[in-house]
Amino acid sequence: MDYLLTEEQKMVKDLAHKIAEEKIRPQAAKYDISEEYPWDVLKAMGDSDMFGLFIPEEYGGFANSTMNLCLATEEFSRACGGIAVCYAASALGTIPIVLFGTDEQKKKYLPDLAKGKKVGAFAITEPEAGSDASGIKTTARKEGDYYILNGLKHFITNGGDAETNVVIAMTDKTKGARGASAFIVEKGTPGFTFGKKEDKFGIRASSTRELIFTDCKIPAANLLAKEGMGFIVTMRTFDMSRPGVAAQALGIAQGALELAVKYVRERVQFGKPISSFQGIQWMLADMATEIEAARGLVYSTARMVDAGCKDVSKESAMAKMFASDVAMKVTVDALQLFGGYGYMKDYPIEKYVRDAKITQIYEGTNQVQRGIIALKIIKEMAK
Amino acid sequence: MNIIVCIKQVPETTEVRINPETNTLMREGVKAIINPFDMYAIEEAVRLKERFGGKISVLTMGPPQADGALREAISMGADEGYLVCDRAFAGSDTWATSYTLAGAIKKLGDYDLIICGKQASDGDTAQVGPGISTHLNIPQVTYVKKVEEATLKSMRVERMLEEGYEIIETPLPALLTVVKEINEPRIPSLKGLMRAKSAKITMLTQKELELDPQQIGLCGSPTQVVKIFTPTPRIGGQILSGEIPDIAKHLVDLIKDEVNS
Repeated sequence: MDYLLTEEQKMVKDLAHKIAEEKIRPQAAKYDISEEYPWDVLKAMGDSDMFGLFIPEEYGGFANSTMNLCLATEEFSRACGGIAVCYAASALGTIPIVLFGTDEQKKKYLPDLAKGKKVGAFAITEPEAGSDASGIKTTARKEGDYYILNGLKHFITNGGDAETNVVIAMTDKTKGARGASAFIVEKGTPGFTFGKKEDKFGIRASSTRELIFTDCKIPAANLLAKEGMGFIVTMRTFDMSRPGVAAQALGIAQGALELAVKYVRERVQFGKPISSFQGIQWMLADMATEIEAARGLVYSTARMVDAGCKDVSKESAMAKMFASDVAMKVTVDALQLFGGYGYMKDYPIEKYVRDAKITQIYEGTNQVQRGIIALKIIKEMAK
Repeated sequence: MNIIVCIKQVPETTEVRINPETNTLMREGVKAIINPFDMYAIEEAVRLKERFGGKISVLTMGPPQADGALREAISMGADEGYLVCDRAFAGSDTWATSYTLAGAIKKLGDYDLIICGKQASDGDTAQVGPGISTHLNIPQVTYVKKVEEATLKSMRVERMLEEGYEIIETPLPALLTVVKEINEPRIPSLKGLMRAKSAKITMLTQKELELDPQQIGLCGSPTQVVKIFTPTPRIGGQILSGEIPDIAKHLVDLIKDEVNS
């Protein structure tokens, strides 16, 4: 389908595709097994200006738009969802600074993030606060020109490898949801340590760790926006980054479909390639159509964000929910099309199933997304 | 450091199709890429520019579509592109090509270094680089696999041999041809691609170059491609087995019989 991409968008997509095929795909299996952080691939992305796609030009970015971020993430994910999420999670950790940072904060942090010299992370989730983000217990106590952070975040993507971390902590417990604030915390700050690296089912190239704050002292200048705006920072960030997660799911689905089509054309049973059997063909048709439907949602949402639409929470929730559900279904069907070979780790398809699953869970579970969509629809009808 | 890189646009597949009437390459319909060895030349030039500053001019002789190859080189870090293109240059063999490129280089002004890829994947002769340096009367070092030391006046390089390598020091300006062991070509950046898109490619025709008409194109080519064919594979053959001294004697006898018959 022709998505009527502009010249610039086509350039971004083609370059991301090249990086995916030359740098990501050849190493995907290796990083899935070793779980090492793919610094060399991130360097190639940085050298090609890919990290600039979510940062304004005046702070070192280039061709920045949500659509370009989605196009790049989709292409990277076609080759490896795990390596792609290292890139996408850096965007997640950078967007709060882009949206809410002061000029000084932007000048200090964004240029290195734009070159991929440093990587970002966003930390809100805690053991007792997942879908119920308001249950966070990490605190930030103001003391003169500093804040002292205490608490524990977990399941943080890029945790331990990111130098620039945006952390949500409670500054005033009495105010409930209005009592949280967002802070920029640099790796290496005394009192800021990391827990073990999680041993994950999928996206194993990415690092997922606990962030531990023990009387971690940060300058008051590292507060993002104002005290009490922590959840607003979070929600607005997620609205912008959800199309990116959706794009990751879309890319995983697309990559799985391509592998499956290639395989069924080559696999001969009953004297013919299995692609000539109607049952196989119908599966492919359903998979391809669902992917195009997901793509339509993702690109439309990205375009809405770029056009400056103030409220995209319903659409970005729809895009994330639908694309991730499609990714799960398509990858499982793709594995089925591979038959017995699909079950073997020697073949690349099982990794796509493992990588797809997390997209239904993180950045708001699909159940939470459905809640967001429903509430929006009901509210709209009430007018 | 002012560097000139000579590149060639070649068909992507190694199956070169030849026009049976003129015995020249049929380029239409086949995807065109930068000759793989030239990618290493461009990358090495960009690395030297990152070290020394200066300018990279990339030069190619070819049909109008070779403009795409120049733009790709610019996206990797070259500064300006020159397309040597004229009906009069068509059908050139390696002699005429190196004469023409040398003529173009003379028009470009001062340079410190010329870098070429070892050979073109469609012709495989590896003659044009050395030909250019001969026409320009500058030193050449071929099969360079590493630049050990470089200043604006001289260079020390590792030259790859079939068994081993030699270290060669050359004054500049000089011409190098490079092998793929020398580096890993970078993927272009987005900014590079944007720059390449809007870059101005300078066309150099016979009018600008004023070359000797006897030395250019088909008529300036001492060699002609008479026929290109895939040799029929030889099947069969004889397997000799036994102790090595016996096999050796048997083999020599067979060869003698073959020669004498």
